[in-house]
Amino acid sequence: MRRETLLNAAVLLGLLAVPLWAWASDEPFIITLATKVVILAIAGIGLNLALGLGGLVSLGHAIFFGVGGYAMGILASHAQSYTPLMEWPLLIEGTKSMPVIWLLAVIGGACAALVIGALSLRTTGVYFIMITLAFGQMFYYFAISWPAYGGEDGLAIYVRNGFPGLNTLDPIQYFALCFGVMCVVLLFVARLAGSAFGLALSGARQNSERVQAVGLVPYRLYLVAFTLSGAITGLSGALYADLNRFVSPTMFSWQTSGEIIIFVILGGVGRLFGPVIGAALFIVLEHLLGGLSEFWHIYLGALLLIVVLFARGGLIGLLAGKEVAHD
Amino acid sequence: MTDPILDVRGISKSFGALKASNDVSLDLRDGEIHALIGPNGAGKSTLIQQIAGGLRPDTGTIWFDGVNITAESTVARARRGLGRTFQISSLAMEFTVLQNVMLGALGRRGGAFRFLSPVMKDRALLETAHAALAQVGLEDFASATTAELSHGQRRQLEVAVALTLSPRVFLMDEPMAGLGTEGSHRLMDFLGTLRHRAPILLVEHDMDAVFYLADRISVLVYGQIIATGTADEIRANREVRTAYLGEEEDA
Amino acid sequence: MSIILLIEQVLNGLQFGVMLFLMAAGLTLIFGVMGLINLAHGSLYMVGAFAAAGTAAATGSFVLALAASLVAAATAGAIVELTVIRRLYDRDHLDQVLATFALILIFSEGTRWIFGSFPLFLDIPEYLSGPVTLPGGIEYPLYRLTIILIGLAIAAGLFALIAKTRIGIQIRAGESDREMIGALGVNIARLYTLIFALGAALAGFAGALIGAIQSVQVGMGEPVLILAFVVIVIGGIGSIKGALVGAILVGLTDTLGGFLLPRLFATFMDASAAMSVGSALAAMSIYILMAGVLLVRPTGLFGGQ
Repeated sequence: MRRETLLNAAVLLGLLAVPLWAWASDEPFIITLATKVVILAIAGIGLNLALGLGGLVSLGHAIFFGVGGYAMGILASHAQSYTPLMEWPLLIEGTKSMPVIWLLAVIGGACAALVIGALSLRTTGVYFIMITLAFGQMFYYFAISWPAYGGEDGLAIYVRNGFPGLNTLDPIQYFALCFGVMCVVLLFVARLAGSAFGLALSGARQNSERVQAVGLVPYRLYLVAFTLSGAITGLSGALYADLNRFVSPTMFSWQTSGEIIIFVILGGVGRLFGPVIGAALFIVLEHLLGGLSEFWHIYLGALLLIVVLFARGGLIGLLAGKEVAHD
Repeated sequence: MTDPILDVRGISKSFGALKASNDVSLDLRDGEIHALIGPNGAGKSTLIQQIAGGLRPDTGTIWFDGVNITAESTVARARRGLGRTFQISSLAMEFTVLQNVMLGALGRRGGAFRFLSPVMKDRALLETAHAALAQVGLEDFASATTAELSHGQRRQLEVAVALTLSPRVFLMDEPMAGLGTEGSHRLMDFLGTLRHRAPILLVEHDMDAVFYLADRISVLVYGQIIATGTADEIRANREVRTAYLGEEEDA
Repeated sequence: MSIILLIEQVLNGLQFGVMLFLMAAGLTLIFGVMGLINLAHGSLYMVGAFAAAGTAAATGSFVLALAASLVAAATAGAIVELTVIRRLYDRDHLDQVLATFALILIFSEGTRWIFGSFPLFLDIPEYLSGPVTLPGGIEYPLYRLTIILIGLAIAAGLFALIAKTRIGIQIRAGESDREMIGALGVNIARLYTLIFALGAALAGFAGALIGAIQSVQVGMGEPVLILAFVVIVIGGIGSIKGALVGAILVGLTDTLGGFLLPRLFATFMDASAAMSVGSALAAMSIYILMAGVLLVRPTGLFGGQ
């Protein structure tokens, strides 16, 4: 077996073992942290599809994270106050059912990504980075100035939404649910990377001229990748909102976009498990360094700087060698 | 005489005061190799780019199999069957050799929107890809990373990718550049047989190759075609000798 | 709605636009010459504001405070260029984004560490406070008017610098052909440090001027940075003229959008709904402007292909 595969398996097992140990020794806070890792990893996996495979440096993925979060917040707040979302032309009621919420988060994330991608992908390079960042800010300010769903204060949901057959209020059960979702997403992205689409997308990232010369349109490949990426990150947003039982405009902030990119980079761009390792590392650092100093972001910044300047393959690159494998 | 499959009619392209293409006309007929030669800076690359779709001519038209393609994109032209190789190897460098030809095969199939089935196990595509590699003699390198290939092997891979497209016309921009003598000869023999599958518009610096291979030769100087004819006609053409070949012999 | 109120808003928009120009000019120069996208430009804005607030508190002099903002931001810019940024010129945009994002984290937390989390205040000096009466009887704050004039003067100076001086020639040469300036015998490394410090000084100066209107606090730079990006996207990367036009457009759109849209909606909606819809739309207006420009001219109004 290749070292990266071994490493991936170890990460997956570790991510299961820690909360199970915490469950056995009654440490719900650790379980919550592990759940956070899993959820943020999903957001990173979504971004990695656009960034790692497609080379699209999006600084606006907080949009999709936030759209997913607000999908949950809006639906659940209507269900909790027993007021329908709209009554005309057809009656739409809120819901506390996770599968329904997830579906809408995925659709919402995909639609937002489709529209923003269609506009932003008219450009490349630095323009693309600036534009995605700017659209992120647009959603942020919109969320702040739209009073119907809490505006700046956000929305609190008092009881976690339900999933058939599970008690989602039990930390370990909610962790298991999120972990399952992450595995499905990982599997999907792995299949995607090995598919015809994945090959063409990766080809477009490496050499867009080449892809055009064989008769494929890079714009369409990028747009589909961006849309799928937004859908996945949207899903993670809904899970994250349910973890905290709270949504606020912060989910849309540029810092959130930056953090999602950091997960991907710390782990290793373009690696299937990069975001999982990156998110785990981020949360661990947040708690180790955050315990040391109130100003732990300084250390995070320094670490990020070192990774970018000197260790470009991320943690997986250090542990499993530089080559990205070809299957 | 049959209609030419590729017909460039009076195209001009200027960059500011520089006339990179000045009323250029040339055509390509079935079964032939038509070589385009000219000194550096004559505007060969600009001309090739206009034919491939990367640049749009200011005036004039380009016809492909009776259709005016002047306004079409690179992608649309590729789909019509314009198989291009690049002057500077333009490949996906992180891919294996096989993945690069698979990309071509995928383009030939006309769409990449299959999301879940593993492409590297797609038998039809693999067959096309391996066949193309075998034809250029790269089958032993299928699993090598493209970045590890020698310069000459990259040239061969360029041709192999073009082959997967089973194009109606080949547009080859200096395929021999940087190849050793042996490599050049192998590729020359191969191109010689390839012309029967699809005609080749060949831009080439290697005069031996051009005079050996080409059925017709056009000479481009300062953005203008000063002569078109068979190898013997071109050799005998005084204008060409003074404008171009003379310089080469002196050099 | 009175016409006087409208003119006042136009002036506010102009003032905002001029400040955005100071940010965007540095960003677009740095991108045009060095090919670098610098997310930490907002941090330099913040550094300028803090330096000004600190100096004003210590000396009581507004002029010294402004001078301090220039010096501090230029110095910070030069140090960052020498230690980090110059390693990024030949890296891809992703690395540039990440490294400069890391710099934001370091700058922001470092500033919070030194100055604390509470906002500082920079007072408008006596001789610039209060309103002036403009022709037509419009009363307008003198300080804001001063900002407009200073900003326009700097813009004019910048255009002259680039059109007339030796450095300007080197900058233009660097934008069209990086290898050529090396061939001309220009010390590229020094030129780059200089341009970066110049851009930083402009950002820091803007931070100080705005610091007297708003509060000086950690995180004040990034929203302005993102608006400056919008300006550049609209104006076209690398174009100073584009930065000026884009900045004025964004400044006016933002200010007039916030002023006019709620009033517009109030003509056919009830007041509170009009207020919320109008202000939400106003918050989005500049981004809608940007999307519109993108649809028509993906490389911006003054951007090349």
